[in-house]
Amino acid sequence: MTHILVPVKLVPDLVEELQIAGSGNALDMTWLRLIISEFDDHAIEQAIILKERSGGEVTVIAPDQEGMDDVLFTAAAKGADRITKLSGDFGEGFNNHALARAFASAVEGLAPDLILTGVQGNNDLDGSVGPCLAEYLGMAYVGYVAGVSLEGGKAVIKKEYPGGLIAEMEVALPAVLGIQAAEQPPRYVAVSKVRQMMKETSIVEIDAGDLDPSGGLDVSRMYLPEAAERAEMLQGNEKEVAARLVEIFKEIGVI
Amino acid sequence: MAANAVPHSPSFTNTFYESLFDVADGENIKSCLQCANCSGVCPFGFLMDFPPGRMIAWMRAGILDEVLGSDSVWMCVSCYACTEVCPKKIPLTPGLMTRAKEEVLLAGNVPTELQSALEFSQRYGNPLGESPRKRADWAADLRPEVPIMRKARRPVDVLWFVGDYPSYHPRVRQTTRALYKILTALGIDYGILGPDENSDGDTQRLAGERGLFEVLAEKNGKAFSCYEFKEIITTDPHAYNALKNEYPKLGIEYPVKHHTEFLAERLDELKPRLKGNGELKVTYHDPCYLGRANKVYDPPRALLEAIPGLELMEMPHNRTTSLCCGGGGGGMWLDGFQWEKAHVRLSEWRVREAVNTGADVLAVACPYEPPRFEDAAKMVSGAGNLVVKDIVELLADAMEE
Amino acid sequence: MNNDIYVVIEHLRGQVADISYIMLAAGRDLARETGGKLAAVLLGQNAQALAENLAADQVLYGENAALAEFTSDAYQQALAGLISENQPRAAFFGSTTIGTDVAGTLSARLNIPLVSSCSKISDGMIVSQICGGKIMAETKLADTTTLITMIPGGYKPEQGRGGPPEVKPVPVSVADLKVALNQYIEPEVADVDITKEKVLISIGRGIQTADNIELAQALADLLGGAVSASRPVVDQGWLPTSRMVGKSGQRVKPKLYLALGISGAPEHVEGMADAENIIAINIDPGAPLFDVAKYGVNVDLFDLIDPLIEAIEAAK
Repeated sequence: MTHILVPVKLVPDLVEELQIAGSGNALDMTWLRLIISEFDDHAIEQAIILKERSGGEVTVIAPDQEGMDDVLFTAAAKGADRITKLSGDFGEGFNNHALARAFASAVEGLAPDLILTGVQGNNDLDGSVGPCLAEYLGMAYVGYVAGVSLEGGKAVIKKEYPGGLIAEMEVALPAVLGIQAAEQPPRYVAVSKVRQMMKETSIVEIDAGDLDPSGGLDVSRMYLPEAAERAEMLQGNEKEVAARLVEIFKEIGVI
Repeated sequence: MAANAVPHSPSFTNTFYESLFDVADGENIKSCLQCANCSGVCPFGFLMDFPPGRMIAWMRAGILDEVLGSDSVWMCVSCYACTEVCPKKIPLTPGLMTRAKEEVLLAGNVPTELQSALEFSQRYGNPLGESPRKRADWAADLRPEVPIMRKARRPVDVLWFVGDYPSYHPRVRQTTRALYKILTALGIDYGILGPDENSDGDTQRLAGERGLFEVLAEKNGKAFSCYEFKEIITTDPHAYNALKNEYPKLGIEYPVKHHTEFLAERLDELKPRLKGNGELKVTYHDPCYLGRANKVYDPPRALLEAIPGLELMEMPHNRTTSLCCGGGGGGMWLDGFQWEKAHVRLSEWRVREAVNTGADVLAVACPYEPPRFEDAAKMVSGAGNLVVKDIVELLADAMEE
Repeated sequence: MNNDIYVVIEHLRGQVADISYIMLAAGRDLARETGGKLAAVLLGQNAQALAENLAADQVLYGENAALAEFTSDAYQQALAGLISENQPRAAFFGSTTIGTDVAGTLSARLNIPLVSSCSKISDGMIVSQICGGKIMAETKLADTTTLITMIPGGYKPEQGRGGPPEVKPVPVSVADLKVALNQYIEPEVADVDITKEKVLISIGRGIQTADNIELAQALADLLGGAVSASRPVVDQGWLPTSRMVGKSGQRVKPKLYLALGISGAPEHVEGMADAENIIAINIDPGAPLFDVAKYGVNVDLFDLIDPLIEAIEAAK
């Protein structure tokens, strides 16, 4: 029975305006809306697809962030067998190295065959969770995976390269894969099903213990880039504008 | 990506058929004559694997599964045309088609565009995926200020439920500002919920997401209960339908009027202020949820006829036979999916009818319509000069500055 | 620890990736601050020739059959050995399918810090762009070797081209590999996947007729991209649905989105607002797309296309 583990986390929702905290080197959490990291959502979907295709069990594990319960119940409604939360202080000084270590100690007892997690999160500043987690568990890591099948103790994966090129690779299990895209976009699950899960299922809690963020660096300064309100309108006759556009194309790197 | 709905096989039993009896008048389904009026009048009936009449026939024959394995239920725009003509008064739209969509959705068979709209509604309280904090941004630079209940902290006569598209969509915001102008001119004591307002949820309900509708209704109900007001008005017939007919079932009950009803009551005050826009030939499109679903046909016409110089012309399909713009039942968020199947748009049919009346202006009264009909006008030959305006915009235009 | 800066060169099937040159430019800035050498790290089999244009003081070349094609664990083992032995001040990796497979595992394995998404080095500070480009973060080098993953945008590849540098072979050994490459699968040429294109020339109703699409295609060919479209163009049947950008079509994030005659209705903008550089050409000065674009030209697109094609051809 293949046991697939999916570690997920929440990241800032970029629909909202982001603000810098008074300290000048972190995001203002009060303004933040958190949303599941898009690639973690794909990892959940890929895990469910594998379970539907070849059987197995799926456990989704996540740090206790605000709004995480809803994400976990939604994963359960999609087909996850077990949903687990790491309780701990996931506020200041919580970076991906710390999270990966916390996952690693929780995973010890769970003996997964395969770990799928998003290849990156939009707020990653000390690398992504997957590679660190793999190393702490002594497993191999391959990222930018857009297709997985399980064949006799190995994962056969499709790794994305630029320009649509795919590298088909084999990875010995257990391994950690950084998911770029599930074979199907994350499925829709009706609100009523999620609410049903809230009544029928419970979230297992594991104490994360003290968090060790070493491997990340202190941020000296965080700031918002200069915003351009409206397009810079290029002036001049057609030839002049064409020349200016070519300059821009060079600056961007397409010529 | 306008992909076909992912095929899953929902398990489906007699319980579906019987569950239809729980809807008001649902038992009437037992007396279906198989007259095919419904399938005939359905705007997309010719494309559906299972238009309403055929769906009933197959269910009776016990061949249930196949009905829900098909994704053509997503062609239904919940326009109530079938319900209107059924000789046996079967609640086809709110009963059969909505329940069918609920089952298909539970099975995960949802076109991706619709999926986004539903997920946005859940996360942000609006199907457009806009930040809820910006819901009252349309009012930010208006003077006198638009009273937002949370800040105003006082009872008002009228709570104006603004709605999703009127709050966020650039074109529909123009309608919102027109109503603001009129309410201000008439000195109406009103307030809006602003960021406390969530989507009314009616179209999501008709697209099969009953659970989501209930979550949104609960949130709005909670917001309403914080404030004192005598009645609710809205420019959105879908919100009107929800507030009037569906929210009371959840214990949330307030008197509610569509803006055309509200303004028609005040025609005596309004009329002297209307100077007109010169000679204008106008045809009026009855929105499905104001007209067929709620039988409000006359107040919009009374308002239009009050504008000096306005000649009101009726399209061949009007009142109970009005042709849907295609936005209901999820249609607003299924454009790619429906286009792939149909290669026609209902909004284009309607615009063609408007053009054929010789009208200069197509008057509407629902926020889905200005963007839908304006897009359609770009595609229909001869519609290049057709102007699409909400009644309230025509009134505002006709008012002295 | 010395003051040298390493840059791990990315190459695929005989080609050095642009990000490698970009990293060399950044590495040069950092090496100037630390006072050390800029060393490119090149791993592979019979790959020495790839060193020839690298603007580095030195190339550390690790030859091994197991490194002939990139696999995460082979590269990781080779680099772990090299970095822990030589202790450079910092090492750059591309923020790519290659670099990110290795940088994070090395950080955990060697217990040294990693900084992601660096777009440039400024006064010795590592400047990163995160949260979809909405947030900038600055970090300093640590007291131990610091790993950095790099994104493009702060330097041009030309700034990292030079050489030929001195090539110094270094021993690398790998064992017990868990990852193996089976094969490369080429993308299908028939269908254009606009979500994967770096350059999109996107046309709207302003293109007026199907015949005019060839003008957009000419631009696309010159810039190495593809033609995409807003809904009205697809509705007319002039292009297949697979080319449609927008709410009912696809979401694209190309490096360049050049919009010809597209007004920019919200339903369209939803599909391309995340493009890195948006340039809007429209005869209507009030076109909403001008509020989203970085650059705009208020002109009849037919007056601009031919001069633009000429100018691009001259520049190439």
